[in-house]
Amino acid sequence: MSTALEHPTYNYKVVRQFAIMTVVWGIVGMTLGVILAAQLVWPELNLGLPWTSFGRLRPLHTNAVIFAFGGSALFATSYYVVQRTCQVRLFSDRLAAFTFWGWQAVILSAVISLPLGYTTTKEYAELEWPINILLAAVWIGYAIVFLGTIKLRRTSHIYVANWFYAAFILTIGVLHIVNNAAIPVTSMYSISIYSGAIDAMVQWWYGHNAVGFFLTAGFLGMMYYFVPKQAERPVYSYRLSIVHFWALIMVYMWAGPHHLHYTALPNWAQSLGMVMSIILLAPSWGGMINGMMTLSGAWHKLRTDPTLRFLVVALSFYGMSTFEGPMMAVKTVNALSHYTDWTIGHVHAGALGWVAMISIGSLYHLIPRLFGRTEMHSVGLIAVHFWLATIGTVLYIAAMWVNGILQGLMWRAINPDGTLMYTFVEAVEASGPGYIVRLIGGLCWVTGMLIMAFNVYMTVKRGEGARQPLPQTA
Amino acid sequence: MNNLWGDSLSGFWSAWIIVITLGSIGLAFWLLYANRKTDKTPDTHGNVDTTGHAADGIEEYDNPLPSWWFKLYVGTVIFALAYLVLYPGLGNFQGLLGWSQESQWEEEVAAAEERFTPIFAQYQEEPIPELAKDEEAMQVAERIFLNNCAVCHGSNAEGGYGFPDLTDDAWLYGGEPDNIVTTINQGRNGLMPSWQQLGEENIENLTQHVLALSGNEHDAERAERGAATFASVCAACHQPDGTGNQALGAPDLTDDAWLYQAPGQSLADSIRQTLRNGRNGHMPAQAAYIGEERVHLVAAYVYSLSQED
Repeated sequence: MSTALEHPTYNYKVVRQFAIMTVVWGIVGMTLGVILAAQLVWPELNLGLPWTSFGRLRPLHTNAVIFAFGGSALFATSYYVVQRTCQVRLFSDRLAAFTFWGWQAVILSAVISLPLGYTTTKEYAELEWPINILLAAVWIGYAIVFLGTIKLRRTSHIYVANWFYAAFILTIGVLHIVNNAAIPVTSMYSISIYSGAIDAMVQWWYGHNAVGFFLTAGFLGMMYYFVPKQAERPVYSYRLSIVHFWALIMVYMWAGPHHLHYTALPNWAQSLGMVMSIILLAPSWGGMINGMMTLSGAWHKLRTDPTLRFLVVALSFYGMSTFEGPMMAVKTVNALSHYTDWTIGHVHAGALGWVAMISIGSLYHLIPRLFGRTEMHSVGLIAVHFWLATIGTVLYIAAMWVNGILQGLMWRAINPDGTLMYTFVEAVEASGPGYIVRLIGGLCWVTGMLIMAFNVYMTVKRGEGARQPLPQTA
Repeated sequence: MNNLWGDSLSGFWSAWIIVITLGSIGLAFWLLYANRKTDKTPDTHGNVDTTGHAADGIEEYDNPLPSWWFKLYVGTVIFALAYLVLYPGLGNFQGLLGWSQESQWEEEVAAAEERFTPIFAQYQEEPIPELAKDEEAMQVAERIFLNNCAVCHGSNAEGGYGFPDLTDDAWLYGGEPDNIVTTINQGRNGLMPSWQQLGEENIENLTQHVLALSGNEHDAERAERGAATFASVCAACHQPDGTGNQALGAPDLTDDAWLYQAPGQSLADSIRQTLRNGRNGHMPAQAAYIGEERVHLVAAYVYSLSQED
């Protein structure tokens, strides 16, 4: 990359690297998702090989979209936002470079080890112990760079986006280390130090906070910078930021047991998980309100600015899935929804509708600025991407709602003699059409990501040609 | 009636859970309450003056919390506290309703037993051969079969690799009603030992002998040589003529039912594999899961499958 792109004050190199890899890993992770969706319609597509079987590709898909795509987006935006809002260069360029290459090494290790069948069997924490140690080292480096930069800031105040990023970085570090505590047996095999119901509880304390801090707090940090910036409006309410930030991080910690309703987990722990999940509704919505209300006075911009549309629709899906989540945490609802496709739909309302859309909107704001241009190569293609992403998400979650409720009702339907009305395989058969609709939704998403890749490529190419140094910020 | 305080947690941990739960809910609520109002006045657009600091050009209004959001928050806190009074959650406190997932399960099972037991008790009276001809009973039995047995024996009960076909006339443990009831109630464990120690030469001879017993294509010379080994080693379970022994679950080797012939595998190969490595078949006992009344009914269903033609 041209040195002419270097910012006089800020380290944009690491931001550029992470931003480009966000697009690359987005395509990889979502393509894996489409392959898996197709395997659920046509199981022969696993090719009869262990390496391409559903059980091995599924953790690769989740790791690729959450940690590779989502993680790279968080690294890119947090490094950008913390420098811009603290008006100071990153704490250490070398440590920042280590986090980039280290993070890519973790992802490559996942791409190799998961299809080979190495797994701890902990959901969203499948990577084996040597990779976990590298991940922990990278994460500690990330914390030092980010918090060090805040420490060096030239502003009196720490901007709200940085609170969320900091909470996300600190909490994920703790969660990762505690949940992956294990005794190594061989170079690629370890045994968790927890057992039984305690192991399950630690796993879902981790698992739900991966949602709460990685996929929520981190991306709220992104939202708090890119929404007001793109809308060119002040944030709606500072005091709302304070209340919902502290409430969110305090209450999220408790929500994990709702993944273990009606299991060997003690009754009291299940109840606490449920009530804290309900209390979580308002703090979660605080972020949506603050984002949405920031747009008051700027709604007309939605007509002409597809980037802003990405950000606003992301907030809508965020609001929807953070309403759905507490409802699904209620025991009686959970008794129907648990183990069905409804859960998969809920996760993707968050992962596609919120996480991916807010990231993509942020990247469309970020990429031209990183490569010395004022806007993306084609605003029209952003609009096309926006519609593909929105329609893809709606198809996906609607199909999974229908499938989930169908499965839940079929599993519990009984004949007058008390025998089950349907066998398990009949519920699988009935899910077929929904799986096809889900596949179409996924294909919309991958197509959109490929269009984005083209748009980014053209923007970067022209940017390098222009060789215009960026203006110094105020 | 219900004991309000359980004893699954020690006093310290129970108190710890109560304190941090109520403390967290209280703290979150205090945070909300303390920040509910702003003393600044709104501008002409209805927005309250900014906080005065800007980050990379982003300013922040200091608007008050939306009142509907405030009420929503308060509502969820009230719900949570009410739930924790009624249900187990605060350490050893069991909740005023005395509910637990165990008691819910026990009640639901008891209600189901009361409702459905008479239906099955009625079928229990009927001998299996008659019950097998009762079309309505067989429809009920088929649902039990599909939900409990089909996972191994297949929806059509024709079995698969390692799982017996229930529609043919070959019975490992006998096909009389009593045999079938015993098999389903108590389960079965089939064990064919490994004969690796006989050496490859003998295993090949035995393989050809077993092929000969069932009239399959074989090497007559080797089959002849295998006869002596069969008589001394195999006949103890499979009988000298190879017709098997249902008391032991030793299969009849003279018929054309082969439990362990994998798809695409030659019969000779599967016999060699059996002789070298042995086999271990396991039918789990069902009485504890579905109860003897339903076993009686599903036994009639299994019995009916081989009676049809």
